[in-house]
Amino acid sequence: MSAGKYDVVIVGAGIVGAACALECAREKMRVAVVDHDVIGGGATAAGMGHIVAMDDSDAQFALTRFSQQLWQQARAELPDDVEYTQCGTIWVATDDEEMAEVHRKASYYEHRGVPVQILTAEELERLEPNLRKGMAGGLLVSEDGVLYPPCAARFLVEKAQALGAIVQLGAPVSEIGNGRVRRADGSELWAGVIVNAAGAWAPELTRDISVKKRKGHLVITDRYPGLVQHQLVELGYLKSAHSVTSDSVAFNVQPRRTGQVLIGSSRQYGAEHKEVDHEILTRMLQRAQEYMPSLAQTCAIRVWTGFRAATPDKLPLIGPWGEDSTLYLATGHEGLGITTSLATGRLLADQLVGRASMIPREPYLPSRTTTMEHAHV
Amino acid sequence: MSEQIELSVNGRRVTVAAGSSVAVAMMIGGASCRTSVSGEPRGPLCGMGICYECRAEIDGVAHRRSCQIACMSRMAIKTDG
Amino acid sequence: MVSARKQFDVLIVGGGPAGIAAAVSAAQSGKRVGLVDDNPAVGGQIWRGETAQSDSEAAAWIAKLHAWEVELCTGMRVFDAPAPGVLRVESSAGAHEFEYRKLILATGARERFLPFPGWTLQNVMGAGALQALVKSGLPISGKRVVVAGSGPLLLAVAAYLKNHGAKVVGIYEQASRAALAKFGLKVAGYGGKLAQAFSLRRELRNVPLMTNAWPVVAKGDGVLQSVVISRGGKHEEIASDYLACGFHLVPNTELTVLLGCRLQNGFVEIDHLQQTSVANVFCAGEPTGIGGVELSLIEGQIAGLVAIGKQDSAEDLFSVRRKMRRFAEALDRTFALRPELKALASAETIVCRCEDVKYGQLAQHRSWRDAKLHTRCGMGPCQGRICGPAAQFLLGWTPESVRPPIFPVALENLICETLEQDKEHTLVM
Repeated sequence: MSAGKYDVVIVGAGIVGAACALECAREKMRVAVVDHDVIGGGATAAGMGHIVAMDDSDAQFALTRFSQQLWQQARAELPDDVEYTQCGTIWVATDDEEMAEVHRKASYYEHRGVPVQILTAEELERLEPNLRKGMAGGLLVSEDGVLYPPCAARFLVEKAQALGAIVQLGAPVSEIGNGRVRRADGSELWAGVIVNAAGAWAPELTRDISVKKRKGHLVITDRYPGLVQHQLVELGYLKSAHSVTSDSVAFNVQPRRTGQVLIGSSRQYGAEHKEVDHEILTRMLQRAQEYMPSLAQTCAIRVWTGFRAATPDKLPLIGPWGEDSTLYLATGHEGLGITTSLATGRLLADQLVGRASMIPREPYLPSRTTTMEHAHV
Repeated sequence: MSEQIELSVNGRRVTVAAGSSVAVAMMIGGASCRTSVSGEPRGPLCGMGICYECRAEIDGVAHRRSCQIACMSRMAIKTDG
Repeated sequence: MVSARKQFDVLIVGGGPAGIAAAVSAAQSGKRVGLVDDNPAVGGQIWRGETAQSDSEAAAWIAKLHAWEVELCTGMRVFDAPAPGVLRVESSAGAHEFEYRKLILATGARERFLPFPGWTLQNVMGAGALQALVKSGLPISGKRVVVAGSGPLLLAVAAYLKNHGAKVVGIYEQASRAALAKFGLKVAGYGGKLAQAFSLRRELRNVPLMTNAWPVVAKGDGVLQSVVISRGGKHEEIASDYLACGFHLVPNTELTVLLGCRLQNGFVEIDHLQQTSVANVFCAGEPTGIGGVELSLIEGQIAGLVAIGKQDSAEDLFSVRRKMRRFAEALDRTFALRPELKALASAETIVCRCEDVKYGQLAQHRSWRDAKLHTRCGMGPCQGRICGPAAQFLLGWTPESVRPPIFPVALENLICETLEQDKEHTLVM
């Protein structure tokens, strides 16, 4: 493996690292991206590929909405295997309390220029006839979309390479800091700036950051074209994502362009092994069947797990970290890494060139976390 | 095995010997089992239920492995080819 | 959708010769013995369609299976092992769970498919596959068949098809004449049943057996019309209704890997008692090494006897097993794949049939995992069973570890309603 001096070395060729590489390469920096395995092999490979404007908090909204718009601007040049589809999201309400939440969300989005449509029970049934009867209604966010993340990550890496970025795969990184990236095989790269974009593995390289693994499960079915039209998410999803202490599941299904249905979602703290957890898988699928009974008879081809990189305040870490002036972080994206990858790349590059960003960067600065703590399970 | 069974493949009547598999009924009926992702008509490859090339809709249920299912009288088989 | 758990002292997965022999041997103890197989009846591949009334070696074994009251769980496919000592299976009625004290895995083997242009045409299939389809009612009388690829299965299939009225144009074996001759002599030396199997030569009297031969193109418009064979550097086009083509066998090791059993060179590692690296789990037959019916029967008996504590009786079979193992080694050597077969696939040839991924696309990637993520090769319902061995031969890629479900199942069958019972057990396998 070659050594060398770069302006930026990005550790992690997942979608976030890839986006950072592209933005830095666009700024004419000498960029290297390194990864212990393949492009997009971590959470990027495991997740749903949902591109969603999330109203969890103002900062969450700002980042996801900005990034979503960057994806829309990029869509014309995305290759076919990225499978970008603007199918929209429907947030599904099962009762009056959840319908009230629908109205609150609608108002929040409308206020900020996100086109939404409140769906009555009848309208929901017409749009998604396979949801069980008796839903209260929903919220359609038509500018949300889905894509296939590993190929999106590869596309971003290739664009970066076309601008001169170097990509080195297959050698694990053992140590980063003070301008030096050292690999397990003894080779080294020297960098003006090192970006830790290693996702769930980020704390192994930068010990004191507030990132913890949050395990998820997904199931994919055989091809059932037309079974599901939009990304469907239960309004309880945010309760699940919010919970910082317990294992939880939420109904979340996605139509892939192949006609296969992707079914999630689950969240576990403290689970370190990647084996399928039957108890949580059972709960997740029971939840899915509750919302969409016809899923019961679909043919489930594969089940897999992955680890999200979670932070205590559910916002990513984008910016410089600690005493080491060469060290930056671009990690902690939890379940929104695909959506916010492009904006992360922008924000990071802006900081490196000393330019203001399109959205305020403060909520994502790693320095905010020195006073936070993860709740212990 | 001289008893004959009648069933339908894509709406057309096909007659097979009792004990025949649905995959065989499709082959006799001249239908491909499925159309591949890139549009190729496919038939059974492995004959033992692991290649999934013989998938077809049987009595309304999609993606059933036809080489491991015995024909029954009046079964309705739909292939996507 | 789960009925109450069934409990067995000895549970055997796979109803081919190894599984049947294991079940018969274990059942003589009077313990509760079960045999699971995903076909409607026992027999596996090589004894497909055989019954206690057949005129064959299989009949005697199957008769014993019934006589000893082995509980036959046919039409059931194992897809998961959610807790120690528990297997989950799927049938048309839903999911079921089986508990066992001892488990014998006799999951057999499947054909190896190597891609070449036109291999995805209808009526191009495995050799054993065509035989299975004929056994399932496919009319073959008067049809022209080319049998190609590698392995003793080609001869057995050709004989079977010929006996059912097919016009077998020829058997095109990729191994060399010298290798086959050497093997033939070895086989004669084993005498008995093996020689019988290879006396198929009599049945195949008018069927040319060509060595150093392999298919290069299958031609047709959606359906096979002709096959181009390469032989001694020359190409020959043969009109044909069916191409029965398989390149020897690969072991079905998915369940063993799911259970944590160690593999060695792609086969299940076992000790002299047929025990795997996992306590209380045995393996017999093709997954331990491709060795044919005789070796499968011996290994099955040994595993069954040891599982019920009759190690002494098992030891009586060791010397026969040694002899059969030498035959298995000869099989391996004789039917090793020649390097020319790597050139059969062009960049445009589909390797992954579930997702239509071409060889040219795959070759751009660095590993099986890389290719899988970026091309979706291996992500289809065959879970890499067809394309995996091909990718391994063409690109040297070793497959990844295995996750449940090891076969696609109805989504509702992934829901484990009996987990409450396992609270004391670890759920991590």
